[in-house]
Amino acid sequence: MSVDSVFVHKMWNDNEISKMTEGGVPFAMLSDAGGKVGTIYGIYDDNAGVETRGRFIIDPDGVVQGYEVLTPPVGRNINESIRQVQAFQHVRNSKGAEATPSGWKPGKMTLKPGPDLVGNVWKVWTPAKEKD
Amino acid sequence: MPEEMKVGCARPTGGPVGEKAKPAINSEEKQITQQKEEGMIKVGQKAPDFTAPAYLKGKFVSVKLSEYLGKWVLLCFYPGDFTFV
Repeated sequence: MSVDSVFVHKMWNDNEISKMTEGGVPFAMLSDAGGKVGTIYGIYDDNAGVETRGRFIIDPDGVVQGYEVLTPPVGRNINESIRQVQAFQHVRNSKGAEATPSGWKPGKMTLKPGPDLVGNVWKVWTPAKEKD
Repeated sequence: MPEEMKVGCARPTGGPVGEKAKPAINSEEKQITQQKEEGMIKVGQKAPDFTAPAYLKGKFVSVKLSEYLGKWVLLCFYPGDFTFV
């Protein structure tokens, strides 16, 4: 979503993005004239008149589970966004019984918070596990 | 899921869905309301619903966030088309 019109989105997709990735953008390129939506999400830059690089993870109940906001010159990492969605999906499927340690990826061990785990995380998880 | 739109010369617009609080009577309250609207939204709370015109695989459509309930959504904002990054 940006403040550009849908017509500009079409030109950008058809003339540039489709040359970078086959088939072009597969999802909806949203238009937010005047930054009205960006304003309620808190990422619209009033002075510049554009949105900043805000990225929101919204779960199936419509609840915001996480966000990241960057200033314009630095791009995001889609792999990290996907990793976070996978982690939130895992936690949701466990109905909150499991938590994912830093750098968690599907298939890696999770943490089961409870009285026995207090002060004992070091026995089951260390930062080195991130690299496995 | 998104509805196709007829496109004319008028630039299609969207915006937040649902009534905003009525403007407060005294200016102090108004300021607070404004601040609240412009503040960062919070994790663990509902994502504000909105409708927005969009370009989707060759068509112009109207997208409403709440139509995606039941799915995981990544909502990404960016400064503008053709801005390099």
